[in-house]
Amino acid sequence: MKLTRHLLRLLALLFSFAMVAAACGADEVSVDVGIEDETPSGDSDDSEASGDTLTMAIVAPSASDDLAFTQSMIDAIDALDRDIDLQVTDGTFVVDDAAAAIRGYAEDGVEVIIAHGTQFGGPLSEIAPEFPDTTFIWGTSSDTQGLDNVFAYYPAADEGGYVNGVLAAAVTQTGNIGVIGPVEAGDAVAYINGFAKGAEDSGDVNVAITYTGSFSDVALMAEAAQAHLSNDVDVLTGSSQAVVGAVGVASENGVAWFGTQANQTSLDPELVVASQVYHWEVVLEEMLALRDGGTLGGEAFEVNLENGGLEIEFNDGFELPDGARDAADAAIDGIIDGSIDTGA
Amino acid sequence: MSDFFTMSILVATVASGIRLATPYLLAGLGETVGQRSGVLNLGVDGVMQLSAFFAYWTVLETDNLILGSFVGVGVGLVMGVIYAVITVVLQAQQGISGIGIFLFGLGFSDLMFRRQVGTPKPANQLPDVPIPLLSDIPVIGEALFEHSWLTYLAFAMVPLLAFMLRKTTFGMNIRAVGENPQAADSLGVSVGWTRTYAILIGNAMAGLAGAALVLELGIFQPNLTAGLGFIAVALVYFGAWRPAGVMSGALLYGLVAAVVLQWKAQGIIPRSASDIAAMAPAVLTIIALVVLAGRVQAPSALTRPFSRH
Repeated sequence: MKLTRHLLRLLALLFSFAMVAAACGADEVSVDVGIEDETPSGDSDDSEASGDTLTMAIVAPSASDDLAFTQSMIDAIDALDRDIDLQVTDGTFVVDDAAAAIRGYAEDGVEVIIAHGTQFGGPLSEIAPEFPDTTFIWGTSSDTQGLDNVFAYYPAADEGGYVNGVLAAAVTQTGNIGVIGPVEAGDAVAYINGFAKGAEDSGDVNVAITYTGSFSDVALMAEAAQAHLSNDVDVLTGSSQAVVGAVGVASENGVAWFGTQANQTSLDPELVVASQVYHWEVVLEEMLALRDGGTLGGEAFEVNLENGGLEIEFNDGFELPDGARDAADAAIDGIIDGSIDTGA
Repeated sequence: MSDFFTMSILVATVASGIRLATPYLLAGLGETVGQRSGVLNLGVDGVMQLSAFFAYWTVLETDNLILGSFVGVGVGLVMGVIYAVITVVLQAQQGISGIGIFLFGLGFSDLMFRRQVGTPKPANQLPDVPIPLLSDIPVIGEALFEHSWLTYLAFAMVPLLAFMLRKTTFGMNIRAVGENPQAADSLGVSVGWTRTYAILIGNAMAGLAGAALVLELGIFQPNLTAGLGFIAVALVYFGAWRPAGVMSGALLYGLVAAVVLQWKAQGIIPRSASDIAAMAPAVLTIIALVVLAGRVQAPSALTRPFSRH
């Protein structure tokens, strides 16, 4: 009995650990063990600006090539029309590890440090004031935390969601559309709410929404998609890194899929209809221009359809019904001119 | 709620529950064998992650699902050898060693994925294999007999392992070294080798569980298991160290999760209660464990290293 009690205590600890592991996946991206592409070296000679070269660093929670959140920022830096010396620390699942990396880059004299994860806001509020000459860029967040050397960024994910919803209403034949989300928070909920409103504004359709409760449980996402299919759904969409499981179900059953955060066409070139893609470079250019003028932070920026920070990328391999593309273009125009309310 | 009780929805929900239960069952059965020999392995989740990656990578490169499954088992066996050396030969503390194996599996599978694959790419998925005649039975045929061959294998392992543990000399040796290793040793049973074989069986099945998970999905992500291996360890306690009990636990867990997903899809569970409902399978399992706590007896020598001195 004593042993059983001990084991049950151990088991309770085990459950707690499993829950923490699952919950830690609940932040935009995967549960990764920290592996650095390049680490702060402590040797400032390597990272100091040479000529017009701008030294930048990204600290991000998931892999640089995750086809989603982190990759969107890496791609954005690549798209900037500047000479940049970039260092990356990705896979910082543990916030304390990210904090150490952010501080390390700041101590090394890196001029612009991007803390790419909402969860990094806590340590950033402590580190940024200690390095007033460094620009910190933090997202996704609409709040600079009152710091003069912090820029913030966030996506109007509801806008692309709305456009995808308009397209989904045109594509569905059963009138039933399934949506799978992770946790009802962040840009996932903005995308999903926008998607549902876009679909419902465009036709007599039923939009069923399932939140699995996990950003990382791929199997659960797949079964959530299966549950939708058993209810006669013929169009699916979803948000979070775990949607790859749901895309697999869509592929297996020949069901159309709409993506967000990154272009997900490569997951199924025949069934992915369109993807909302983040282009952070639009707001990064503005931030760096302000920095050039002496403003190191203090403003928040939104990427949206109007400023080109959000883009709907269509898959040419999917044949849209007549009028669907026009309806999507009209929705984009309506959102930009303010005549359409995405429900945000 | 009325839609839930239509035949097609009920069939789909049961089939979903069985799919979800399969990796839990395979991993839980393997862990049962290990624990009956007195060895606790908290590294199941890490073994599953490593096996899942290598099975996925194999299928991605070769399109051969059978080979991918064997690779998953092979990776499990390799990890089993490592764990046996640590816990049987070196007699390290089992709980900490298992956590180490878990962390290694989590990190190394992630590293390998980044280096060898990088971006998620779809691979072949396990096809459903309807069992002739049985799959034609109205209603239950579709729910029970239209699954992948790994699902059938998982459920077939239940009576096989029960028979092995209860009726064979090897199985009785496993139970003996798990209950009273000194007595077993005095009767000429090699405690070390018996535990080693049990560990290898357990890890091979954890490897197969990882392969079943990833090949059912057809894609890999870092931390694919999302704590599944830890739940499998819990299900061994739930099942009172009996294969049939573990199967009951795995099915309960899978079916509850499937019902919750179905109710969410139908709007029966409101979105405001969505996150709470997602915890239902784990909460039910914990409640069952608490209820069973005073009624089941763990192997007496569980977690205790064996030494003649």
